[in-house]
Amino acid sequence: MAADESRAGTGREAREAAAERAAIAVRPEEFQHGSSSKREKVFELNGVEVLYSGVSAVKGIALDIHRNDVTALIGPSGCGKSTLLRCLNRMNDLIPGAEVRGELLYHGEDLYGPEVDPVQARKLIGMVFQKPNPFPKSIYDNVAFGPRILGRKEDLDATVERALRGAALWDEVKDRLDSNAFGLSGGQQQRLCIARCIAVEPDTILMDEPCSALDPISTGKIEDLMIELKEEFSIVIVTHNMQQAARVSDRTAFLMVELDADEDNRWGRLVEFDDTEKIFTNPSDQRTEDYVSGKVG
Amino acid sequence: MTMGSERATPRNRLAVAGARATTQAMLRDQPRGDVIRNTLFAALLLLAILIALAGLVALLIQAFAQGASALSIDLFTNGPSSIRPESAGFRPAIIGSLELIAGVILFVVPIGIGAALYLEEYADKTRWWNRLIEVNIQNLAAVPSIIYGILGLSFIVRGPLDLGFVLAAGSLTLALLVLPMVIIAAREAIRAVPDSIRQGSLALGATKWQTIRRQVLPASIPGIVTGVILAVSRALGEAAPLLLVGAAAFVTFDPEPFSGGYTALPVQIYNYATRSQEEFQALAAAGIIVMLVVLLAMNSFAIWLRNRYEQRW
Repeated sequence: MAADESRAGTGREAREAAAERAAIAVRPEEFQHGSSSKREKVFELNGVEVLYSGVSAVKGIALDIHRNDVTALIGPSGCGKSTLLRCLNRMNDLIPGAEVRGELLYHGEDLYGPEVDPVQARKLIGMVFQKPNPFPKSIYDNVAFGPRILGRKEDLDATVERALRGAALWDEVKDRLDSNAFGLSGGQQQRLCIARCIAVEPDTILMDEPCSALDPISTGKIEDLMIELKEEFSIVIVTHNMQQAARVSDRTAFLMVELDADEDNRWGRLVEFDDTEKIFTNPSDQRTEDYVSGKVG
Repeated sequence: MTMGSERATPRNRLAVAGARATTQAMLRDQPRGDVIRNTLFAALLLLAILIALAGLVALLIQAFAQGASALSIDLFTNGPSSIRPESAGFRPAIIGSLELIAGVILFVVPIGIGAALYLEEYADKTRWWNRLIEVNIQNLAAVPSIIYGILGLSFIVRGPLDLGFVLAAGSLTLALLVLPMVIIAAREAIRAVPDSIRQGSLALGATKWQTIRRQVLPASIPGIVTGVILAVSRALGEAAPLLLVGAAAFVTFDPEPFSGGYTALPVQIYNYATRSQEEFQALAAAGIIVMLVVLLAMNSFAIWLRNRYEQRW
């Protein structure tokens, strides 16, 4: 608990400092929004660039992710959405040759600071993957895995039940908690992965195209779930499905592929970041409008 | 003009019949040469597998014909004898083989799994020394067993370890012989665990070691155990390296791991087979039957285990 408080304390100071900086520095106009800029920021990205073996995958990303929002990252294939998402819980550290430059603050703390342990960061910032990846264990053990490795072994049954209820899966599996998770349908497996994630009580959940391997009914359930979960967590979702972004997200970032002059190198660039409604009804950038209206991509 | 009247004209009927005849001819008229070639090829393949099987069948028939008369409980309870072949048996050899195998397992399981985990989970494969280690492990698996016997003689029996001609030295020598097999099998089992499992675990805040210990290892255990059983059954059948590291042919007492002489089943069989009396030939054949049964049982168990617990991702 003490550690949490001290983190919150330094986080507040850093946020105040960041607010001052923001007041002084004139930030691009499209990132200023009266209603949302006052809200608590979970992530603040400034000039973030990700490189694989020295080659840029995304460049110049500047965006703020707010608490209890669903923030969607959309854009064509290869625009670096997933790469960007994987920066946020330091999963990119696992790829040899990956490097993150620029400023990436998590509750005001430099997420890539020398004292930050990526393992600790991942406890706070959970992740749900594109393809459901349950462990080859029972449903119960899948959900209990996180709490167990974190040493939270008291009231494990209650934790598991709470997580499964939170992922809207409890009623479907409560009578077969001991059966293998591989026996569940794809949609159930994905909700199990969400339950597994919320069982460690993270602060943010990152979702990397969580519905792309699922049928429309399962997709609908997970979308409903996201809207429920944002009461408690902040959610960042990468999606190929623009309707999905429009349905579930509060804020949407549109990324595009950019080429250099001789078209040898390509990287992702943030085109527009705004309230979802604005992105889909009245975007400021022509490229966004072409993309969301289906003219390109 | 309607379709019906069009179809009914004699000219159309003739055209349809002609087209059908052409289609039938094309479908049915396989060139004769093709038929012969196909049959011939299938027959050759069948012959290949029959030759492979013939060796095994011949061995079984030969062993049973010669050894059936010597098959009795005496084989398991009595020691060897040079004067009374009718009651001589394999007891010290069987116990020696079991102890050798126990030592091999004790040595090979932790080191084999450890080496495989290092190579699969920790080694940076872009580094030349890690690639060199990989290639060398592949090569070691193909080194003739007698070479390991010489190694065991100079480094384990004598030299740095200086254990003497004892069963533990034989065990260590066999362990070195099958270690590359175990490492290769364990690596394959570890590699079969998909990365999505590792990522799922790491994303929950598990450390690398927790991920390996609680996800990767449990998921790869069936494959590793299968590899260990196959390796052990190879160690069980080896005579050549044991001859160099002190497995004596004539041991009448139950062998001890760290003192006194020892023997093993294949060595005892070799000894009986080289004697001129017909009774000893029969004893050797009976020993071969015992060993074949044990080896086939172990290999079948390994195959069953692999099919039963293999994880389909």
